[in-house]
Amino acid sequence: MFAAAAAAAVPVLAACGSSGGGSGRTATLNWYMFPDGSGSFATAAANCSKASNGAYTIKINVLPNDADTQRQQMVRRLAAKDSSLDILGLDVTWEAEFSEAGWILPFTGARRTAVENGTLPAAIKAAVWRNQLVAAPLNTNTQLLWYRKDLVPEPPTTWSQMVADATRLAKEGKPHYIEVQGAEYEGYTVLFNTLVASAGGSILNASSTSAQLGEPAVKAIQAIQQLAQSPAADPSWSNQHEDDNRLAFESGNAAFELNYPFIYPSALQNNPSLAKKIGWTQYPSLVAGQPSHVTIGGNDLAVSAYSKHPNQAFDAITCLRGSANQTTYAIKGGLPPTLTALYTDPALIKGGYPFAGAIYTALQNGVARPQTPAYQSVSLQISYNLSPPTSVSVGKLNTLKSRINDALNSKGLVP
Amino acid sequence: MTTAAPPVEPASPAGRHKKGETAPLSEGARAERRLGLMLCAPAVIVMAAVTLYPVGYAIYLSLERYDLRFPNASKFVGFANYGTVLSSPIWWQAFLVTFIITIASVAVEFVLGMALAFVMHRAIVGRGLVRTFILIPYGIVTVVAAYGWKYAWTPDTGYLANLLPSGNAPLTHHVSGLAVIILAEIWKTTPFMALLLLAGMALVPEELLRAARVDGATAWQRFTKIMLPLMKPAILVALLFRTLDAFRVFDNIYVLTSGANNTRSVSILGYDNLFTALNLGVGSAVSILLFITVAILAFLFIKIFGAAAPGQEVD
Repeated sequence: MFAAAAAAAVPVLAACGSSGGGSGRTATLNWYMFPDGSGSFATAAANCSKASNGAYTIKINVLPNDADTQRQQMVRRLAAKDSSLDILGLDVTWEAEFSEAGWILPFTGARRTAVENGTLPAAIKAAVWRNQLVAAPLNTNTQLLWYRKDLVPEPPTTWSQMVADATRLAKEGKPHYIEVQGAEYEGYTVLFNTLVASAGGSILNASSTSAQLGEPAVKAIQAIQQLAQSPAADPSWSNQHEDDNRLAFESGNAAFELNYPFIYPSALQNNPSLAKKIGWTQYPSLVAGQPSHVTIGGNDLAVSAYSKHPNQAFDAITCLRGSANQTTYAIKGGLPPTLTALYTDPALIKGGYPFAGAIYTALQNGVARPQTPAYQSVSLQISYNLSPPTSVSVGKLNTLKSRINDALNSKGLVP
Repeated sequence: MTTAAPPVEPASPAGRHKKGETAPLSEGARAERRLGLMLCAPAVIVMAAVTLYPVGYAIYLSLERYDLRFPNASKFVGFANYGTVLSSPIWWQAFLVTFIITIASVAVEFVLGMALAFVMHRAIVGRGLVRTFILIPYGIVTVVAAYGWKYAWTPDTGYLANLLPSGNAPLTHHVSGLAVIILAEIWKTTPFMALLLLAGMALVPEELLRAARVDGATAWQRFTKIMLPLMKPAILVALLFRTLDAFRVFDNIYVLTSGANNTRSVSILGYDNLFTALNLGVGSAVSILLFITVAILAFLFIKIFGAAAPGQEVD
């Protein structure tokens, strides 16, 4: 109890003297981060520690592999007011939840301005909750339409065109599947969010207090049905995650794929001859003449409310998301940067991001996921009630609406 | 513990008469009882701290709107959370799935366990080796074994999935997913069942079986008329333990399907609501309902098996 009281008092005291870094003691900052096979986080942590001139040392604590267990581990510690967490690596869907629960500190004043300067507006928007910037964007992510240049000389611009092109290829006996996420999980929620936004609507109302859906949601459902009833749908669509889509595309049975850029380096490695035929363009739109609005993903860094060294943690985050480090994460780890300037940087484009321009355009039109502390429950309700995509119908929207409203009020069981 | 303890204070003559046969305790017996209670006390206190407190706290949470994501909205809501759970089709689906898994796995385990107990009991050569082999599945950590099953039933990585016609992924469908879960449960805990039944079998006097044989009883008659009645207490313990265990099934499902395609058990549902949705109120209500169900099951078992229950006086 004493430890909890002490930990709660520290941020208040620290906030008074933001320049009080010269105490001469090196703070150890625990950075809870998802695993990164490339080792670029470890390099960045070492470089930043060295550059701090003894103000702090960053120690990486590797979280489990999948997002759900990463979140569970941090939530359990934060709910118990664990002061051994300083910097948290958050998925963009957790900011509202962590902030509402009082687990992370906002970036205020000059710190907020510094983070916002030169950062993609869409990435900032995902890190804002109740008008406060509660985390700093580290990397972003979004989907493009990847297609086979040898099969589709002119890529489609609308969803209907894409399905029509694939149907034509099917009739000609050529590879024709459209690879898109359809299993009962968060990736399917992302598809629904993209389709609803591209039809001009949103899942929640502006204040995130109730479900909006409406006519755009009907259009989104119709788009899913259109694909499900065409020969373009992969037979295992209702069981596919991003990686299943990648594998199916690499095996050569598909003509289109709606997925994140990680599929490109993977194809280069696993099927170089196919990789040469891969083209990329914007996600197909639902309203002709209007751009699509694709869901933005990515990760942010935040400071734990129970950290004993919040000032050093804020400084460390500034360093960890610096331009040089973001370039490393992008080239070595495949994580698209959040700094606008990097998208025109020749070093990045030549280093394995030939599609940087397309991603940048997609991010400009991008849309956030439903922003609410109850996102996990809302997402579970969407993927549960609209699964499987092969039997989805407009009639399910009423049930979905009341389930989402339940989830927003933490009523009802989540599936 | 279950034999009723007479009051420690010297009872009034009237009270003593009402109690009937209970004789007044001597000074020495009373001192002994006091010592016994004192020796038990530390264990009871530890048990209370680690079980009673969490159970009590869970009951309290289940009566609150308590969501970690909305700490300011916490308030007492009475039995509303129970209403939410019991009126949800998701709960009843999970309840049905749990019931199917319990009935199917315990029934098969009982039959197989009895057969294995016979093998262990009657093995003439290599008795130690036979018993060790039979117990291996029970000695493997459940999660490790579950991963083994998961890979075995996944196309491309597994030898079992490759035996099926191509394009079959049994873990991605409701019925086949449940079947794999039940199979994994049976494989894992049949040895435990066999071990408990073996203990009961060892209590059946050999002379009794021989005498019945002389009287012309067939092998089946000897099994049903002599062995089963004498093994009743062991059977009760084995079925009770396994039913309660099976009803709380978690790890196999968590690893094999994580509850997808309506294969979630009640425990998985509770976990999802507590740790993924962070809704401690509704999640605790699920846990308490699970606790009540298990208590009812235990009560029914004792009622059905009556005097054979452990701790009952057999006259």
